[in-house]
Amino acid sequence: MRAAVLDCIYELAKTDDRILFMGSDLGKGTLDQFKREMPERFFMEGISEAHLIGMAAGLAFEGRIPYVNTIATFLTRRCFEQIAVDLCLHSASVRLIGNGGGLVYAPLGPTHQAIEDLAILRALPNMTIVAPADANEMRRLMPATVDHPGPIYIRVAKGSDPLVTPEGGPFEIGKAFLMRTGEEALVLTTGITLKIALEAASALENQGIGIAILHVPTLKPLDREAILAKAEEVPIVIAFEEHSIVGGLGSAIAEIIAEANFRPSKKFARLGIPDVFPDQYGSQESLMGRFGLTVDRLISTILKFLEQTSARYSTANLGENHGIS
Amino acid sequence: MRQVNAFLDSRSIQIREDILRMMARGGRGHLASALSLVEILRVLYDDILNFRPEEPRWSDRDRLILSKGHGCMALYALLADKGFFDQAEFQKFCQADGILGGHPEANKVPGVEASTGALGHGLSIGVGMAVHAKLEGRRHHVLVILGDGECNEGSVWEAAMSAAKHRLDNLAAIIDCNKMQSYSTTFEVMDLEPLSEKWRSFGFEVREADGHDVEELRRTFQALPFAHRKPSAIICHTMKGKGIPGVENNLSWHHKSKLSQEEITILFSKLRSQP
Repeated sequence: MRAAVLDCIYELAKTDDRILFMGSDLGKGTLDQFKREMPERFFMEGISEAHLIGMAAGLAFEGRIPYVNTIATFLTRRCFEQIAVDLCLHSASVRLIGNGGGLVYAPLGPTHQAIEDLAILRALPNMTIVAPADANEMRRLMPATVDHPGPIYIRVAKGSDPLVTPEGGPFEIGKAFLMRTGEEALVLTTGITLKIALEAASALENQGIGIAILHVPTLKPLDREAILAKAEEVPIVIAFEEHSIVGGLGSAIAEIIAEANFRPSKKFARLGIPDVFPDQYGSQESLMGRFGLTVDRLISTILKFLEQTSARYSTANLGENHGIS
Repeated sequence: MRQVNAFLDSRSIQIREDILRMMARGGRGHLASALSLVEILRVLYDDILNFRPEEPRWSDRDRLILSKGHGCMALYALLADKGFFDQAEFQKFCQADGILGGHPEANKVPGVEASTGALGHGLSIGVGMAVHAKLEGRRHHVLVILGDGECNEGSVWEAAMSAAKHRLDNLAAIIDCNKMQSYSTTFEVMDLEPLSEKWRSFGFEVREADGHDVEELRRTFQALPFAHRKPSAIICHTMKGKGIPGVENNLSWHHKSKLSQEEITILFSKLRSQP
């Protein structure tokens, strides 16, 4: 996915001279071809993220479209005020490309793990947030970022993530995509959790249980209409993300589900990173296991809810109030 | 320390009266921080900057960013004076139906380039604008006014390094060096001296001026850029609260709220009693 996003920036810049690439202090060789062919639009500005965002804002005020790339924690935590004031308040067309969203940098520790990037940026007016599931989705997304109004945060997973979305086809910022239909539960995903949800869905299908998967690459603006329409059809809704349970996809879904006041109410769970800093190194996969971001946990959560739901339905059949579970 | 003794002429008094008119309506504001800026802004708008009030986003205009956004009453006074908006807006300073707030906003006030108020942002934005001008081969200049207290912010120095790296001789940092910040003197809170040497060592060509001496400011700004392929910095030695005895160099006037009409009347009379 990381290679895909950089390729896309290069390809887009070749045909649109408003586009600039800006990095802080990225790895040797990053976008060398871009630098060789369009040196005047390639900026490596040093380990100074606050300045980088302000400078990008100044360029955007003049009509440029800077794509700013560095490690997600540095791009969001360090320069939050610049993002809020210089980008969001001005609705500046700057694209933030955050490397290593979630637990990608597990071996490097909590300073490098972007576990709350979606939450803090989601709180900012005028911000758009997208977390693609794989390189294919990233390639579909990127052309749509060029003329999108205001700032965009693009959360990048690690390289070589398995491909789970189609190669071609449309992508619309702000739209959720139905990846699988099913009557018994709805799982909402963003970023790479789509892959895990698809595996869980296949396993459940073998047990005769059909679950729908609505993939939500755009966290903000949220596709409220599509989410509520799908939630309406099922008794169980689960939000599944590689992010803190505070403020990300789970919170966003909880907010709209709560306000929809469904009757009967939905069984709802947020599966994500608990409200802690990761306490182990290892790998992205091992930390995801530690926090239960796994096929097994998703399946067991759904099965537990299904049991409770059937019990409620049988009680309801005896004439009890549907709204009270 | 440089002495700041410049005599205030009728235009300088007039601009300060406009600032007091805003204070009178809003009952609040960073008065002393605006008063130290008056001559800097006056000379820039009267003699240096290219702009079109009827077309605030004219592409060839010089860009002026007031990075010390809390000094905005002085900027509002000059922008209204030049016709960017009507002086009637002074009567709505900090009011719900007004465009002039306690910090300036670009999407509300014609002539304001960037919304500021959080310190340490303006120079980076200016670097971006100046880089764009260089890329396009444009001739306009980008000027950023910073407070000396604002130079506490690390982002200012990040931006300074970047300006020098890109050899932005179309960019100037103008420092309103009034030697005071909110809590105390800059010397006590976070000593910036030697400030000129700091800017010089960060790659700027530096000059100093009496920030209330209109002639000296004009000569200095007209000499911009000071060096080929280097950004410029002008340390303007000013006095916080300049022009109103009692407000001058008085920490309690950094920001005031709940001013009574009686206090405002006294401020007007002290201003007009200037020699």
